[in-house]
This record gives sequence, C-alpha cells and structure tokens, in this order.
Amino acid sequence: MKYLPTIGIECHVQLSTKTKLFSEVDNDARNKEPNSCVSPVDYALPGMLPRLNGEAIRFAIRAGKAMNCEINLESRFDRKHYFYPDSPKGYQITQFYRPIIGAGYVELPSGTRIRIEHAHLEGDAGKLTHFDNYSLVDLNRVDTPLIEIVSQPDIHSAKDAHDYCKELWRLMRFANVTYGDLYNGNMRFDVNISLAPKDSDKLGVRAEIKNLNSFRSVERAVEYEIVRQTKILEAGEKVIQETRGWNDATGKTTEQRSKEEAKDYRYMPEPDIPPIHLTTEFVDEEAMRLPLMPVDYRKKFDNVIANDTLEVLLDYPELMLKLGEINEKYAKNISNLFASVLLAEEKSTEYLNDLPSVKDLTDLAEMNTKKELSSTATKEVFLRLFDPQMKGRGSKQIAKELGLIQENDLGALETIVDAVLAKPETAKAQADFRAGEEKVIGFLVGQVMKESHGKANPSAVQQILREKLK
Amino acid sequence: MKIANKTVTAERLVRDALEKAKHFSDYHIFTFLNEENAIKKAREIDRKIAAGEKVGRLAGVPYALKDNFLSPEGETTASAHILEGFVSPVTATAVKKLEDEGAIMIGRTNLDAFAHGSSTENSYFGPTHNAFDFDRVAGGSSGGSAVAVALDIVEFATGTDTGGSIRQPASFNGVYGLKPTYGCISRYGVVAMASSTDCVGFFAQTPDDMDVLMSIASGQDSKDMTTLPDYYGSAEPESTNKRRIGIIKDFDNESVDPEIQKALAQKVELLRSRGHEIVDLSMPSLKYALAAYYIIVPAEVASNLSRYDGVRYGFRSKESTTLNELYDNTRSEGFMSENKRRIMIGNFVLSSGFYDAYFLKAAKARTLIIGEYEKAFSKVDFILTPVSPNPAFKLGEKVNDPIAMYLEDMMSVSLNLAGVPGLAIPAGKNKTGLPIGLQLVGPRRSDKNLIQFSKELEEND
Repeated sequence: MKYLPTIGIECHVQLSTKTKLFSEVDNDARNKEPNSCVSPVDYALPGMLPRLNGEAIRFAIRAGKAMNCEINLESRFDRKHYFYPDSPKGYQITQFYRPIIGAGYVELPSGTRIRIEHAHLEGDAGKLTHFDNYSLVDLNRVDTPLIEIVSQPDIHSAKDAHDYCKELWRLMRFANVTYGDLYNGNMRFDVNISLAPKDSDKLGVRAEIKNLNSFRSVERAVEYEIVRQTKILEAGEKVIQETRGWNDATGKTTEQRSKEEAKDYRYMPEPDIPPIHLTTEFVDEEAMRLPLMPVDYRKKFDNVIANDTLEVLLDYPELMLKLGEINEKYAKNISNLFASVLLAEEKSTEYLNDLPSVKDLTDLAEMNTKKELSSTATKEVFLRLFDPQMKGRGSKQIAKELGLIQENDLGALETIVDAVLAKPETAKAQADFRAGEEKVIGFLVGQVMKESHGKANPSAVQQILREKLK
Repeated sequence: MKIANKTVTAERLVRDALEKAKHFSDYHIFTFLNEENAIKKAREIDRKIAAGEKVGRLAGVPYALKDNFLSPEGETTASAHILEGFVSPVTATAVKKLEDEGAIMIGRTNLDAFAHGSSTENSYFGPTHNAFDFDRVAGGSSGGSAVAVALDIVEFATGTDTGGSIRQPASFNGVYGLKPTYGCISRYGVVAMASSTDCVGFFAQTPDDMDVLMSIASGQDSKDMTTLPDYYGSAEPESTNKRRIGIIKDFDNESVDPEIQKALAQKVELLRSRGHEIVDLSMPSLKYALAAYYIIVPAEVASNLSRYDGVRYGFRSKESTTLNELYDNTRSEGFMSENKRRIMIGNFVLSSGFYDAYFLKAAKARTLIIGEYEKAFSKVDFILTPVSPNPAFKLGEKVNDPIAMYLEDMMSVSLNLAGVPGLAIPAGKNKTGLPIGLQLVGPRRSDKNLIQFSKELEEND
C-alpha cells in the first residue's frame, strides 16, 4: 500500500449511574416506557436548572484513571447549541473548554499505545423514531451521562482501530462505569480517517464515519474507507472533508454532511453549573476503587495462561476478578475450562451471571491435577457448577455423585488389572500384544476401565499393563 | 405588613386586595387574578387561626407574583406569546417558601416578555402604567409588581432583577426594591433570562417588610447549584453605627437628571448630618458595564430561549409542514421584537470567530468590574448612587430606540455583573410629582446590613 491511513476515534460511553447527569430521575431506561424516565429538568421546562450528579464525577475519574489519564482538578461545563427535538434545552451540556479527563493512553493487547487527547462529561440526547409523515420523540435517554473519549490520531490500521475500541470497552467495564451493551448503544464510535502518502509528513483530508456501534463495524468501515480513499487518490482526485454514515448491510459508507454544512454550535460557559473543584485526595480515593486492569492481568498471567485464552477471558471482568482470587497453580486449568465453555456455548455469557465459588473451582482444579478426574470428567463437573440443581453441592460431591472420580491407587488398580488379565476373553489380546501388536493395549485398557466402572485413571492403567505384559 | 389574626381575617385581606386589583385594572398590572384559589387559601388560614393552630409568618398576606415565577396557579407566561397556555406542574422554590409561611398570591403581574426591557412595554399583554402618572411607563421589567405595591394593592410583590428589573421600576414608582446578592435566593422555577445575573428579589413598602421577606425566601437550594450557603439569617448586624458611604464620582455628569443629582446630594447631606463618613470613589471600569452587560446577557438569553421551540409546551404555530418551519414560525410569531433582537445579538457574539472578540472580552470586563467593587468595598461600607439617569419616561417615548432604552440601565447593570446586592430606596419626588429612587449598594452577602442601613436614609418628619 502506497498510503498510510491515519485514524482518530471518538468514543461515547453511557455511564451506568443511578440517576441522570442533571436530575434525580432513574438513569436505567432499559425496558421502560418511552418518556417515562424524564424529569422537568430533562425535558427543559422553563426555569429548570441542572443539578450535577456527583456519582458521574466519580465514574469519570475511574474511567480516566483506567485510561492512564490525568484528572483535571478544575473543570467546568459548557453549552453546545443546536435545534433538534432530541435536545429539549436547545443545547447539550458538555465540557468544551475544560474537560475533566486530560491526556493519557490505552495499551492494546499487541503492546501498541494509543494516546488519549482528553475525555469529557456530557449529557446524551433523546431518540427520534421517524415514520412517513411524523416522528416520535423519546426523551428517556436525555442527559444520561456520557463520557466522550477523544484519541490522538495514533491508529494506522483497521485491526488496531478494532482493537482500540475493544480495549476501551474492556477498560470501561473493568472500571465498572457502563453496562457496556453495544447493541443498545452504550458505547458508540466516531471514526476519523485520512490517507497520506507513506513518506509524507502532512495528513490527508479526513472523512468522519459517525455512530458505529460494534468493533466489527469499526473495522469494516475503516477497511472500506481505506479502499475508497485510495481509489480517489490513485485517480488523482481529492478526498472531501465530510461526515459519512456506515451501512452494516451493504458494508459501505455513504455521504451525510459536508464541511460547508458544518454547524456552528456557539459554545458558551454553562452559567447554571459552577466549576468543579476536585482534591487530589478525592481523585486518589476514587482511583483506588479500580480493580486490576487487563494490562495487569496480562502481566500477572504471562507464562501461566496462554495469550489467546487470556484475551478471551479478558472480555469478562467478573470472571477475571474470580480468576485472580484463585491459587495461581490452578489458574491455567480453570482459565482453560472457562475459555472452552465461552468459545463453545452459544449463550456463553449467561454462564457468567453467577460464577462458581473460588472453593468449588479450586477443588475442581485440584481433583483434575491429582488425576482424580479425567479432563472430560472435569469439564462435566465444571458445567454442573452452573446448574441451579447441582451447584450448591460443591465440586467434590458432584464428582462423587456422578461417579467420575478416577481410581489412582496403584495397589487397587493392580488388583483390577490382575483380575482382567485372569479372564479368558483377554488371553488372545495378551498374546497379540506380546507378539508386538501394539494397538491391542487399547482393548485391554478398555476392559480394565469397564471393570473399574470408569473410575480408573487410564494412563495409570496402561502403565501397569505394559509392566505386566513385558 | 398586615397579617391575618383574630381581628382581621385573611379572607378580608385577600378580598380587599382583589377588589383594589380590579379597581386599577386599566393600569394593566395583572396578567392573571387568582380569585378562587386565593379566597380558598385565605379561608383555610382563617380556620387555622380560629382553631388556634400554628400559622406562618406571612399568614393571609396577599402578594403579587411576577409572571415569570412557575406555580400551578394560573398560566406562567412571562408575558410572552410563546408561553401562552403554559400551566406549570412545578412550583418555584421562592414561591413555595412564601406560601409555606401563609402568603397568598392574588395575581400574576405584567412584565416585559421574558423580562427583556426597562419599561414593561415589551409585554404581549400591553404596557403597565406608572402609579404616579398614567401616561408614563412603570419601568421594567418588573413593572406590574412595582405598581401593584405602589398603589397599595398588595404589601409586597416578587420580582426578578437581571440588570435593574426590580430597582428601576421600584424607583419609578416610589417603593423599596431589592436585588439581593447573586445566589441568595433560589432561581429554581423562575423563567431564566440570563443565568449568571438573574436574581430573585422583592418590592416592599418598608425596609422591615423587606427583611422579613428576605429571611423567608433566602437560602441554599439543592435545586439551584448557584445558590450560596445560608447566610442571611445568621448575618449579625454590625455593632458600629457610623458607616463610610461611597459616592461614585464617575457618574457625576450631565447624563444624570439634575433633580436626581439634587436628591442624591440631599441624602448625602442627611447621612453626613447623622455622623456617617462620605467617601468619593473612582470606579472607572464601570464605564464598560453596559457594553459588557449587553454582550453577556444577550448570549445567555439566546441560549436560555432555545428551549422555546413549540415542540413540548406553550404556543406552537399552526400551518407548519416541516420541522424547520415549525421552529421558524413558532419562534417568529411567539417572540416579541426585543426578544428577537437579543437572540440575534446573543447568537452573533457566541458564533465561531466572534466569541473571542465579544464574549470573552466582555467576560474580562466583568472580571475588572468585580475587582473594582471589591476594591471599593475595602474603603467603604456602602455605595449610594442613582438607580437610573432619569425618572419615569413617557409611554412610547423610547420604545423604538433600543439604545436609549439600554442607556436607562447604565447605573444598575454593573451590580448584576458583580453579583453584589442593591436596594432601591424612595428619595422623594421631582417637581412634576414623579418618584425619584436611589440605590444603596453593598458587598456580597451584605443584604441584611443594607436593608438595616437604609433606615438611615429615611427623613424623620
């Protein structure tokens, strides 16, 4: 490729605070009637004043710290004006001049660092649903707290764009500031992308693709734009600075608004909210609430859990928390169990609503390590730990009840082996093996397993058999 | 204030007030009379008094409410067409505090639409007439409230003061009018004009009444983040009674009416004779106040009026087929010329490329003005100035000359920019019988001392 893509991403994260950013109304509008989570402040009755939600400030601090950002001890709000029915006040309350979150960086799994320019707090807009000759307005989402995270243009590939968005999603969930439900728009991405010749020190003209709501669509949109802009440049034409929309079905971006039509938002300091003054103690106290972050787990489990496995598990903060509590010698074992289930099962995340206790997981791993449970049996017990009927009984009890515990006592095994070898029906197999027919050992092991009702450890059995048949 | 008791019933007080309100109906004081509810509330208070139950400090006191305060009684229109038909589901904090003490709202008073004006001529309902000269303006924007108190319809009325909207009509009608310290009284439920300068205040007939009203209405409100922690009740009147009074020399010029200058000089002599020290002040930055005010305020006005779009409440223009037409028609028909003028100025000074040249510069001027007041109050306890350069002017005289109208505010707006309190005090009448008002200005949080000290300006006759 002759051209180097340069990509910057703005990400909106809906915060899962109890109440809205500027009113005391329930912020969780999931499964609620339209316009049922709206206060007079949110629908902009005359004379209503915003009341800043302190919890949102705490969330912003955690989000910022999760991205290794400076927290600005002094920040304030501004008004961004535009007319549209999704904005009852006629302006959005945002932080244009003095954002709460300053510069920082996000480290991708590959180790690449993407710098964060800043991130700010703001209120979300309402939702319009358009019909033939009318539109319906739902203001439930108005002034749900958002943080908008603005990256530096440090991204140069579709994959890194994907990984950056995914890593942000993980960080926000580890920081416990959002439900992180992408399907419902809890996180939305705007991607700025331009192409310039590889040896050029100037950036090209950029297009902005607005409102992407999955990592995959970010990746695909970037791939598409690289092709589209390359074609334009190859043809000797110029890329137009514009806002484009992404169509997931066609896999294309289409023109929405050009720069000439760009709005003048007439920013103004918000006079109804005094500036925010934070103390370093307050910021530090909030930062202390952050659990271990993905980057910490990558270090902690380096050489313990395979990278691929760890990257799967890092999508689940509660699971990682549990894994962190488990004795490190069992971490690999248990992480493999979780990974196999999460990769295989259709509704895998349901498994994570109610995780087994550390003791159950430890017991299970211990039984497996001691060869009391075969790998198949281990997985079976593991699955039962999520079964509402069984889970209360604990790993050991479940293993016993299911008769899955392997016989490892060599003395006992030897007795069983001797009994099997004494049986006339195994005589031929014994002779064949002695004659060098290696594969009949399987038959003999099978017979021993049968005799032990499946509880024998097959590798131990084989060892004894080989010893006896020498 | 006459408070309902065993000898005078609340119903009598309320009926008298309503009677007087109707008697003066041609003054266009009220946009709504609260007859039914007011009498009902009065009877409830009378029942309590008869039963020996506890009643509030304003039990049965009729009052007039400027029509930009939200309450479910009557439409809250701010005298603007665009709020026609709007009945509020919520009650302003200030209104609630008054009503909790038993005050009874007998009517909503006229104002310049959205409080934009200095004469109450910009009202959708037509102008209010001056209490002393029917051909002259009431002043504004709280013209209705001032005249209601001046004509003794009620003993007090609420007002809002963004640049002089309480003090100027108070002085035009010979009553006391207080613009408190910014943040002293909650703005929750008051139709916003300019958020950083809006103050809720009162018109009253005596300083003592004003003190009672302030002790009730002031205080921090969780619904208004700009309110200050409670200080009014706890502020101890200072023990020394000899004060230093500042006179601003920069205002001593020909733009102020000679009779007002004379009234000021007389009060200065009175204060001197009572042993107070008079100090000449130079406050050169105040000359930027009017310019800064007419940048900052329109910017906030344009922003605060954005919510009136015809989508959710109030007036909506018919005949609109697209969203943009709905906005255009509703706002074109619903706002008065003065509203539109301020919206346009406000949007201009905030627009990209002009923000630094206008808004930011005005904000810097504001900082200078704040500093100048701080400096002045390190030398003096209070400042005494005229409220406006002229007494009440003729109806229609300045309505087509916005600049002349804005100049009426030159002595009042700097207090709003600085956030300091100012009390308009009646200071006699001119030769033609028009009231003259002076304003006593104090440092932030000096509201109570200001009210107490104003008694020193009363003649003992």
